[in-house]
Amino acid sequence: MSNSQSKNSQKKSKVSRRRFLGDMAGTACGVGLFGLGIGLYSKSANAIKPLAIRPPGALAEEDFLAACTRCGICVRDCPYDILKLAQIGDDVPTGTPYFTARTGPCEMCEDIPCIPNCPTGALDHSLVDINKAKMGVAVVVDQETCIAFLGLRCEVCFNVCPVRGKAITIEPKHNKRSGRHAMFIPVVHSQDCTGCGLCEKACILEDAPAIKVFPEHLAKGDLGHHYRVGWEQEKANGGSLIKAKDKHQYNLPEGVRYDYEGVGLITDEAGNPIIDQSLIKPKQKTELKENKKPVSNNPLDILNQGIKEAE
Amino acid sequence: MVAAKKNEIIGKEAIEKKGWWQSYKWLLLRRLSQISILLLFMLVPICRWLSPEADCALGWIIKGNLASSKVFNTIPLTDPTLLLQMLASGFSKIAMDAIIGAIIVLVFYFLVGGRVFCSWVCPVNIVTDAAFWLRRKLKLTGGARFSRSIRYWVLGMILVLSAVTGSLAYELINPVSMLHRGLFFGMSLGWFVIVAVFLFDLFVAKRGWCTHICPMGAFYSLVGKVSPLKVRADARSACDDCGECYVVCPEPQILKPVLKGEEKGIFPVIQAGECTNCGRCVDVCAEEVFHFGLRYKNNQSKVNKAIGNKHEVIT
Ligand code: SF4
Ligand code: SF4
Ligand code: SF4
Ligand code: SF4
Ligand code: SF4
Repeated sequence: MSNSQSKNSQKKSKVSRRRFLGDMAGTACGVGLFGLGIGLYSKSANAIKPLAIRPPGALAEEDFLAACTRCGICVRDCPYDILKLAQIGDDVPTGTPYFTARTGPCEMCEDIPCIPNCPTGALDHSLVDINKAKMGVAVVVDQETCIAFLGLRCEVCFNVCPVRGKAITIEPKHNKRSGRHAMFIPVVHSQDCTGCGLCEKACILEDAPAIKVFPEHLAKGDLGHHYRVGWEQEKANGGSLIKAKDKHQYNLPEGVRYDYEGVGLITDEAGNPIIDQSLIKPKQKTELKENKKPVSNNPLDILNQGIKEAE
Repeated sequence: MVAAKKNEIIGKEAIEKKGWWQSYKWLLLRRLSQISILLLFMLVPICRWLSPEADCALGWIIKGNLASSKVFNTIPLTDPTLLLQMLASGFSKIAMDAIIGAIIVLVFYFLVGGRVFCSWVCPVNIVTDAAFWLRRKLKLTGGARFSRSIRYWVLGMILVLSAVTGSLAYELINPVSMLHRGLFFGMSLGWFVIVAVFLFDLFVAKRGWCTHICPMGAFYSLVGKVSPLKVRADARSACDDCGECYVVCPEPQILKPVLKGEEKGIFPVIQAGECTNCGRCVDVCAEEVFHFGLRYKNNQSKVNKAIGNKHEVIT
């Protein structure tokens, strides 16, 4: 009897263990699906939206979304009340602070009150000069309706810019249409533009402005990293980086000479490079002597090579 | 579980015996605490709304929301679950304020009981309590049953999620922060999430969100496991099995072992971290079995008093 009892309890414990494992797997799956749902949603929700112009000092977006607790202290500390916390359904990740330049641009407060109370460092406390802020970059997006491009005087965006003359300049251009007037074109220089959006707010067009602030990575291309802009390097260096003594690394055909002191390629009168036989290595010399071309011009020769030799 | 007998109105007997205030005290204090915390955050915005001219900025007692805030513009507070997610996301340049703030909050809830956050602070608790109340009034029973330990899995899941997405992904949908933030900064579609939680608790599962799923509640349960301030049932021998505490308690599974554990030598303290220190059991118990106390020492005087009371009533 005791035997059957123990068997029974064994069976029971087996069943309950199986149920326990089943429950656990169910729980894990359910929670996993829940997580997957949020994960997928976060993929689209966290994708950087053109609308999300962040407060000054905001870290790069991927860091910002890990750091900002969405507490809204920055919102509270902005005296112009331009910052908002995104609500679910907005085009900005839920709860994160942003502003809409067209309706409420950043006034570029000198003491940047929105930054120092940010508890997480999502707004970089080391930013103390508002002129160094990088909230975005203004772009003259519509060069068809911007009235400067129509040949009219406007320059409103230029005049409201707090970094006027550096971030935005007016460049005179010839008006081809009239043939005898100048056009005064606003040009943004991304290096100095803070992305405050005052220009976007001020743009005199109705509804949508011709000049618009975008997050920097949307506004700017990325020059291939192997490019060196020579004139800028030259400016930074205070003179040409290329010195006469630096040997050029041209891979010239054998026998061709190059003068590094300014003459350049040594050519005959017709401009063809002179082949200096003394520079050619002996092995090739013998080949030339035999006048045997290394590769025939006739493709059939190459195809038939083996056959001929076999014959 | 013991079914609530006798009374339709929960706590009727307690009201008759102890008076109205003693039977609703903790519930009312709790609501007062939840609402005043909301009001404190809103003081300046309300002031600005009433008189746009006045300099309301002096009134910043607490600024921000439950995620992070500053008290008197100096003392930082940060939700430790957010700090955990931040760490999990791999963000390394966390400012000192957030770390100090999380430690302050953690120490506070360690002292008063982890889930004091749930029952005394969290605004969603008002929503889920309302759903539970309505569920009882409408006599809705049944619904989905699932394990109460799911919340710990969810807690783990949101940390993994932070690591995988490199962001505070759970904050996109967290109803707790959404409601708290929304009340101050605008809710818009956030109401749908709150209504969803309400309906889930009303129709899908009894005490569905807070007792089964919410990872913040799970985190604070872990803190509560070691908290010194606890509900004690020193006078458990006076329990007359009316079952009312089981009805009101959001975590009824934790009551029985303590109430019925005298023979088994279980300490008369509700040690489970899941207890929210809401004190509702203290309120509704006509026999005054429960009281707040420290988890450590025995408290014989209270026992004698409660048992003495009972004898008086009987004789
Ligand atoms: S710099 Fe001034 S106006 Fe701009 S977001 Fe900060 S506080 Fe607001
Ligand atoms: S103060 Fe910092 S953490 Fe808070 S919402 Fe603003 S950026 Fe985010
Ligand atoms: S956004 Fe416009 S106004 Fe602001 S700095 Fe740039 S160019 Fe100037
Ligand atoms: S379990 Fe979550 S939602 Fe419920 S009261 Fe606690 S923190 Fe708030
Ligand atoms: S045991 Fe009492 S104090 Fe704890 S959650 Fe239940 S009713 Fe509230």
